[in-house]
Amino acid sequence: MSGQAVLRFCDVRFQYASEAFSIIDRLSFQIQRGEFVSVIGASGCGKSTIFRLVNQLLIPAEGEILVDGLPIAGRRRYCGYMPQQDLLFPWRTVAENVRLPLEIQGGRTQAEMNRLTEEALQSVGLFGQGAKAPRELSGGMRQRAAFARTLLTGSELLLLDEPFSALDYLTRLSMREWLLKQWERERKTVLFITHDVEEAVFLSTRILAVETSPIRKLRSIEVPLLFPRTAASLQRPEATELKEELIRLLRKEPS
Amino acid sequence: MKWSEWKAAICKNGPAAALVCFLLLLWEVAARRINAAYILPAPEQILARLWELREPLFAAHLPATMEVVLIGLLISVLLGVGLAVLMDLSPMAEKALYPLIVASQTIPVTALAPLFVLWFGYSIWSRVLVTVLMTFFPVAITVYDGFRSVRTDMKELMLSFGASGRQIFFKLKLPAVLPYFFSALRMAVPISVIGAAIGEWLGAQCGLGYFSRRMMTQLDGAGVFAPVLLLSLAAMLMVAAVGCIEAVLIHWRND
Repeated sequence: MSGQAVLRFCDVRFQYASEAFSIIDRLSFQIQRGEFVSVIGASGCGKSTIFRLVNQLLIPAEGEILVDGLPIAGRRRYCGYMPQQDLLFPWRTVAENVRLPLEIQGGRTQAEMNRLTEEALQSVGLFGQGAKAPRELSGGMRQRAAFARTLLTGSELLLLDEPFSALDYLTRLSMREWLLKQWERERKTVLFITHDVEEAVFLSTRILAVETSPIRKLRSIEVPLLFPRTAASLQRPEATELKEELIRLLRKEPS
Repeated sequence: MKWSEWKAAICKNGPAAALVCFLLLLWEVAARRINAAYILPAPEQILARLWELREPLFAAHLPATMEVVLIGLLISVLLGVGLAVLMDLSPMAEKALYPLIVASQTIPVTALAPLFVLWFGYSIWSRVLVTVLMTFFPVAITVYDGFRSVRTDMKELMLSFGASGRQIFFKLKLPAVLPYFFSALRMAVPISVIGAAIGEWLGAQCGLGYFSRRMMTQLDGAGVFAPVLLLSLAAMLMVAAVGCIEAVLIHWRND
């Protein structure tokens, strides 16, 4: 299976200059192509640090991170990142925001960029909204625009960092159902950070639970739910059992 | 304009207008009681003098002052923005320049102005130098503050898309700094008018500041105030023009 790994952490260690210990300590794990993997753990346990390491916003002190079998050092545009807030630039229209990764990559004509942007907006249900300013969209629509922007990075690996945490409960519910449909259609490899157990169980094919702080290993748990999933899937006994197990895990004092 | 819009405008500007009317009335009464126009001319006397002096004021002295203001403002904006960009691009430049820029404001420009006349004679450049020394500071500091306020998460998002430093500058920093630039401009305009007037007071052969000083030597109180009134009106009109341009360009200011 390791030959199909899209993302691999090999003995990665990282320490913030302000801390006396390594928050990530010789961590190894891998994500296979087409998986939807959620990383769950208590707030401040270092989940986001994993993302920042994949993005090269932080550089590991030791170890290696590989994407598609190649070390990420010195590479660009190998993953698409979606942060907690939508971070749509207020001076750009929705369409101009969505096409930002294409502008950065360069090498495309205006017509081609316009076409790809329209397709991306259509795929997230925002057709015809491109000329609007971000402030004219609701919170859920803004997140969908941010997701369209992430898709236009063209990357196989998507890093979604608690993308729905700033939304209200009902919008969150509809957004996660929407995201699952998107994933079933696109089948990209998704690494998803959340501290919402139900969200993780509903969306993921596999869950990586942070059991220790510093993070030395992640406990891998397969989600025993078939696709397609609906809200009712969460009521199944195996889903309830898994949720309870995860809550027990998260409540445990980190060792 | 609808009645509701009139009502809103009256509610917004009414108190300030009423206070101005009250102060003018107070001034008029006080001036009449003192009855010494060379010390305190009444507002009505100033307006009458402005009308009498309209030809030299509007045909010769106002254009001369506006020439200094516009050249001084242009140089100040170029210098201020240039310094801010340089400090943003290079931490070394920031360390070297920032204390000097702040220290430059401790220079008593009015005391040095006669020296500038010695250097440049009664040419426009001695007045422009006074204007620039007073005006470039708020531009440099405010625009630099704008660069420092650019959101790190937006910058990191662009980095995750593989953006170069140049792309981050033009697609993120420049638009993000624009509201700060206009704030700086709104501060710089009145200061440049004051700077030009001071320059003319201290050494010139034309301009509203020069004219005001000449009237002083003739103990013509209303003649001193008339060009000062014109200076204030010019500054207010310029600030209003900047505000109009800003309203069109910075549609996202409150987003």
